[in-house]
Amino acid sequence: MLRLDGVTVGFGGRAALDAVDLDVAEHEIVCVLGPSGSGKSTLLRVVAGLQRADAGQVYLAGKDQSGVPVHRRGVGLMFQDHQLFPQRDVGGNVAFGLRMRGVARAEAERKVAGLLDLVGLPGAQRRAVAALSGGEQQRVALARALAPEPRLLMLDEPLGQLDRTLRERLVVELRGLFGRLGTTVLAVTHDQGEAFALADRVVVMRDGRIAQAGSPLEVWQRPASEFVARFLGFDNVVEAKVRGERAETVWGGIPVPTGTPEGACRVLVRPAGVRFASEGLPCVVSGRTFRGDHVALTLRPEAGPELEAAAALQTAPGVGERMRVAFDAAEVVVLP
Amino acid sequence: MALPLAFFAVFFAYPVASIVSRGLKDGGQWRFGRIGEVITDPHIGHVLWFTTWQAAASTALTLACGLPGAYVFARFDFPGKRLLRAVVTVPFVLPTVVAGSAFLALLGHGGLLDELWGVRLDTTVWAILLAHVFFNYAVVVRTVGGLWAQLDPRQEEAARVLGAGRLAAWWRVTLPALGPAVAAAGLMVFLFTFTSFGVVQILGGPRYATLEVEIYQQTAQLLDLPTAAVLTLVQFAAVGVLLAVHARTVRRREATLRLVDAARTARRPQGAGQWALLASVLVFITLLILLPLAVLVLRSFDGPDGYGLAFYRALASAGDNGGTFVVAPLETIGNSLAYGLAATAIAVVVGGLAAAALTRREGRLVRGFDALLMLPLGTSAVTVGFGFLIALDEPPLDLRTSWILVPLAQALVGVPFVVRTMLPVLRAVDARLREAAAVLGASPLRAWREVDLPLVGRALGVAAGFAFAVSLGEFGATVFIARPDSPTLPVAVARLLGRPGELNYGQAMALSTILMLVCAAALLVLERVRTDRTGEF
Repeated sequence: MLRLDGVTVGFGGRAALDAVDLDVAEHEIVCVLGPSGSGKSTLLRVVAGLQRADAGQVYLAGKDQSGVPVHRRGVGLMFQDHQLFPQRDVGGNVAFGLRMRGVARAEAERKVAGLLDLVGLPGAQRRAVAALSGGEQQRVALARALAPEPRLLMLDEPLGQLDRTLRERLVVELRGLFGRLGTTVLAVTHDQGEAFALADRVVVMRDGRIAQAGSPLEVWQRPASEFVARFLGFDNVVEAKVRGERAETVWGGIPVPTGTPEGACRVLVRPAGVRFASEGLPCVVSGRTFRGDHVALTLRPEAGPELEAAAALQTAPGVGERMRVAFDAAEVVVLP
Repeated sequence: MALPLAFFAVFFAYPVASIVSRGLKDGGQWRFGRIGEVITDPHIGHVLWFTTWQAAASTALTLACGLPGAYVFARFDFPGKRLLRAVVTVPFVLPTVVAGSAFLALLGHGGLLDELWGVRLDTTVWAILLAHVFFNYAVVVRTVGGLWAQLDPRQEEAARVLGAGRLAAWWRVTLPALGPAVAAAGLMVFLFTFTSFGVVQILGGPRYATLEVEIYQQTAQLLDLPTAAVLTLVQFAAVGVLLAVHARTVRRREATLRLVDAARTARRPQGAGQWALLASVLVFITLLILLPLAVLVLRSFDGPDGYGLAFYRALASAGDNGGTFVVAPLETIGNSLAYGLAATAIAVVVGGLAAAALTRREGRLVRGFDALLMLPLGTSAVTVGFGFLIALDEPPLDLRTSWILVPLAQALVGVPFVVRTMLPVLRAVDARLREAAAVLGASPLRAWREVDLPLVGRALGVAAGFAFAVSLGEFGATVFIARPDSPTLPVAVARLLGRPGELNYGQAMALSTILMLVCAAALLVLERVRTDRTGEF
């Protein structure tokens, strides 16, 4: 459906996109994940034709899009801050793309009504966009982007400005909606939770390059680099020297999967893999954060960087308590 | 961009170049020596200095008086606001001759101030400065107020919450946002006062003369074309420098603004301070704008047999004027309206295209074009009118007998208004709204129509109003090119004023009153259109 071939965009000597290759299959939902400034939004703008690529090609349905103006690409883009037209009401905004394609008024009205039902704002046609809440604006922006039935729908931080509960509900709704409509979706976000919940495939970007691509599970279980690991919120990363099935670190020996190549590397231990034990690395609890179903602990070992661990609500130690921890091989990832 | 360029080349550059070359050429030879002779003349130096400092003083005074007015019109709702906004604009379209005599009746010998307190201000600089404020008050109120009304008040609220005092919030947040509009208004006022003609001629007496007055005297009275040509060039150079400075300072400050519906930012004044501000602005308007207009109206009714309609009755027939007119003066109303509408249409199309081109493109060339568009405001109307006559009278462009000549000359002065009014608002339209439209399938032209146009509709209304108003009041160029059998209102007024006798003077006042009413009516209609359109928001 969409193919990017060595797309490069530079802004004043700095590459916003650096030879990016990307494929999105029909009906697939791909989420581009990365910190701000990693080139995510530029990627969408290049596909939409709002930003010219300095090098490389964008193909939509196999056709090279260079030279095709924005309004003829037939893609949809939902802007980060919605960009609803302030002078039009909700109905006028949603119907805009239909009018541009010369859809008959009655047909357009029927469609607008249907879409507003779909996004949970039935009968909102005559409301002024300025009077909508953030969540409602988001829904209108989504309905507006969906109305012309774009062959590729792009979402820029689709749920960025919403409160948590609304966001979590909308992610589920969106995924169901896109599944039903069979929409091909390319979304960008900096929120890993959003990306993992929404996407069939996740692409992690760093400084204009793709750092890792894969299913949410793959990326979550096997981060390809320290950058990806840290971006996903895993901070228990340490220098290691692998010997056999153990890695020697400042935290002591950590078990690694069989077949790990010998020599220097970095090792990630997910918080779930830090267990309290009768013997092992001695630590002091230096921080304690209530997370609802568990408690996140920050542990200061005698040597090396701080460790994060998760503990059950009842058994979680208090700040200042001393304990020993051991590492669980199943939660250990060897990073290059 | 091609159409505005062509328009300016043919109807501005060509006529002005013709007249300048005619002045500087002697028997086919260029004689640049004249330039040096004229410039080093101490008399001319004196005129140049006076022209500059009175323009600077007038601009500062007008901005100081106009900004509170702009605030009141933008942010407060009060009964009669629309009517008052139209009334405030009336002076701007009055022929300078008429306004000059209105001020004379107020400040001069036997005038109101003289009778009450024995104060006379005519032949002083103060009379000139006050008359300039009278004229240009509307420029500030409309240009700045138009943008101000659409600024999101929450920006200022955000600053207040962050710990800025009322004044600091205004100074740090609102004023920078208004910067481009204030600069645009200031530039317009400066250009107008720099090239001021009628006011200085009447109120300045023999002591004060601006460049424009000097050019007029050299051209029309002394028939010294070479000196007039050099002075035109000097005026050009001065205006050019000014525009360059302006372009430099403004470019840096224009930023994308958050525009909101103007109707939602205005509310009833609250608290003693706001009521006092509103009251003081209203008093100011009454004293400086309504009073001279009232004196004018009063005089139009003050006939030989006491108050009555004698002067108005005389306007209806051509015969009573001792051959001053081929047609009844009343018919000039129709002429003026037709010319004004045509000129407005031309100005809006040319200026709108130019403004759109300036928003979309960047670069040195575009900035040069931006400045070029302002030149007609700083060029002597006398030069333009005379230039039209000698340049556009032979094939392929023989327009001397065509009615279109008058609207063309009037549009020339209207275009800069359209561009100046549209540009800040167009540049403030968020580019991503256009992108959103493009992604939804709108071609660039369609996106402009669907996104920019509705958002700038209000500014377009203001621009059209201005263009129409300056067309109605344009005098310096029109007087040269309007055909004798179809004069415009200001031309007829000037002809009447030029003849001795109480009947002629009274008729001039009556006709000026009519001109004033026509303007007020036209502006009121425009205000209506504007609110209808913004009702969509």
